[in-house]
Amino acid sequence: MFGDAAFILQISLKSSVAVLLAALGETLAERSGVLNLGLEGMMLMGALTGFAVGYATGNPWLAVTASCFVGGAMALIHAFFSITLKANQVLSGLSLTMLGMGLSNFLGRGVIGRSGIRLGQMPIPGLSDIPLLGKAVFTQSIFAYAGIVFTVLLALYLSRSRQGLMIRAVGEDAAAADTAGINVVRVRYICTVVGGMLSGLGGAYLSLVYTPGWKEGMTAGQGWIAIAMVVFATWKPSRVLVGALLFGLLTSLQFYFQVTGVELVPVYVLRMLPYLLTIAVLVLVNRVLMRRGADGASGPADLGVPFSRS
Amino acid sequence: MTAATQTSAQNAGRRLSPNTSRALFALGFAALFALVSGGVIFACYGKNPFEAYWLMAQGAFGSWYSLTEVLVKAAPFTYTGLAVALAATMQLWNIGCEGQLVMGGVFATGTALFIVPESPALVALPAVIIAGALGGALWALVPAVLKVTSRVSEILSTLLLNYVAIIFMEHLFYGPWRDPAGMGFPGTAMISEAAQLPRLFGTRLHPGLIGALFFALLLYWVMSRSAWGYRVRTAGKGPQAARYAGFDSGRLTLTAMAVSGALAGLAGMAEITGLHHRLQAGLAIGYGYDGIIVAFLARLNPLAVPVAAVALGGLMVGGEQLQSRLGLPASISMALEAALLFGVLGGEALARWRERRNALRAAAVGNEDSPAGSTTDTQDGSQEDRNVR
Repeated sequence: MFGDAAFILQISLKSSVAVLLAALGETLAERSGVLNLGLEGMMLMGALTGFAVGYATGNPWLAVTASCFVGGAMALIHAFFSITLKANQVLSGLSLTMLGMGLSNFLGRGVIGRSGIRLGQMPIPGLSDIPLLGKAVFTQSIFAYAGIVFTVLLALYLSRSRQGLMIRAVGEDAAAADTAGINVVRVRYICTVVGGMLSGLGGAYLSLVYTPGWKEGMTAGQGWIAIAMVVFATWKPSRVLVGALLFGLLTSLQFYFQVTGVELVPVYVLRMLPYLLTIAVLVLVNRVLMRRGADGASGPADLGVPFSRS
Repeated sequence: MTAATQTSAQNAGRRLSPNTSRALFALGFAALFALVSGGVIFACYGKNPFEAYWLMAQGAFGSWYSLTEVLVKAAPFTYTGLAVALAATMQLWNIGCEGQLVMGGVFATGTALFIVPESPALVALPAVIIAGALGGALWALVPAVLKVTSRVSEILSTLLLNYVAIIFMEHLFYGPWRDPAGMGFPGTAMISEAAQLPRLFGTRLHPGLIGALFFALLLYWVMSRSAWGYRVRTAGKGPQAARYAGFDSGRLTLTAMAVSGALAGLAGMAEITGLHHRLQAGLAIGYGYDGIIVAFLARLNPLAVPVAAVALGGLMVGGEQLQSRLGLPASISMALEAALLFGVLGGEALARWRERRNALRAAAVGNEDSPAGSTTDTQDGSQEDRNVR
């Protein structure tokens, strides 16, 4: 009984990491006013890069760094189009997703099915000896620990630091922030690119830890779920963590039923659940916010609006 | 409403002249941008870009057979392109055409297999066509209802439902609908011949393409002449516009999404009845996403959608040539598609910048002492982006 719960907890944590990292990145970008729908594409390219670099060099650090770099570079494209050219951010983000899907399929053709490096679990000394909980929570990959640390750091950074205040100001009212002497363009560029790096990292987690190897379209919509997670979290990092864990729990139940052979719900319904529940959660959040008199979950006031000094 | 992009889109070609140069400029830039980006990729792979493009062009338009293959692809692209264009005219993002296409295919197959299996073509074909449109419409209504009642972003809901539709379809042809005589092959049984669209000229061409052209004309007419089309265009100018005009934009959202979904459903229906003749894995291969490219290449003009669809069909069929002739994965076409879309965005920005510069110059020449540029559209595009969530 407890063993099963610990198993589910461990897999839940393990399954939530990629979505968590990507959603944290998107939170940062959206708080600065840039909507980036290219998460799926950036994650795919991050996954391919991480796997390919690890495969070629055998060096995990190099693989992870390269993934971050590629994720950031892709976000830079979006930043250029949406910030500098003031293009429609939805279209630019969609193009980025298509670019990531097409390019990763194209470039990754040669390494499908190869086995590269895999990053294992790093038990935390001492804590991992706690019965049940130690194995479930403190025996994870370094990405999982990093995800938790990033969540705390981002939450504190956005709410407590001067720079965090600047970022929020830019997202809420770019014109006013500009008047106050904040460099709107620079803040948005940095937030978008750092957000992309986190997405790339999330992708690398998938191909190096979660399901080691490269498979076309291996993110399976996790980028989109991450974007929905940001809405669910009402743009707060701590709630992003909650959302990611919920997603992880669903995925782990899928595994659990498969392993134990218990079929409470048909497998295909279980496979649909992450997407359906994401939608259900969006409905719930919007309903709650509407009841409180808000205009649905709308996020930062200047989200998606290009800034130009007139 | 300052965004000239929107105006040109909404007027659907009625006031072409002031915007034609801008459209051509943006498209020309997009094509050039995609060609150069692709060229760089080819060069990185040690292939001669000119040779690669020549092979692509030849592979797509070089023979009667390849040309018909381009048209075979253009049919679903036209349906999904029209679906995206209609929704986008109202500032709705229908990114769920893939799922609506799948549900159209599911409904069409189900009808053909279980409702009209023995009926003559006169009964079976209309039933299957209506079922296809219905499947797509119902699937698109889900995000529309969620948007109207709970203000859930249709961007996310339409997209997430794609995955659900595909899993559902796979469940059907791996499970309850699997052909018992199929030797374990994942797919349903063949639909009856009466429910199949005839093939034309001994090629894979089928009347689905003619239907697509018909719907392009019909949508153009509806958008430019009917009261409903007028409302859709007005609602596309922003929520205030609809409110001032005094109509219920919620109901309009429902009807527009339903029609949009029906068009995407027809794409799935035509693929099943015209090509596959059964439900199987090849149905969901991204035609829904391609519709986004087609719609924006056509600048949301229904009459331009078939043209853009043929262009994209050429890109796809040509891309397959690269696989067989140069050993380059055909997925390069998808990367090139993305480059095209980025090119359109870049071209728009350049055109905007050029127009503004010209306006500034004109203002400077005409009126030396007034602050120039105050009349030009500095907030260009912001209105359309406001409605994202």
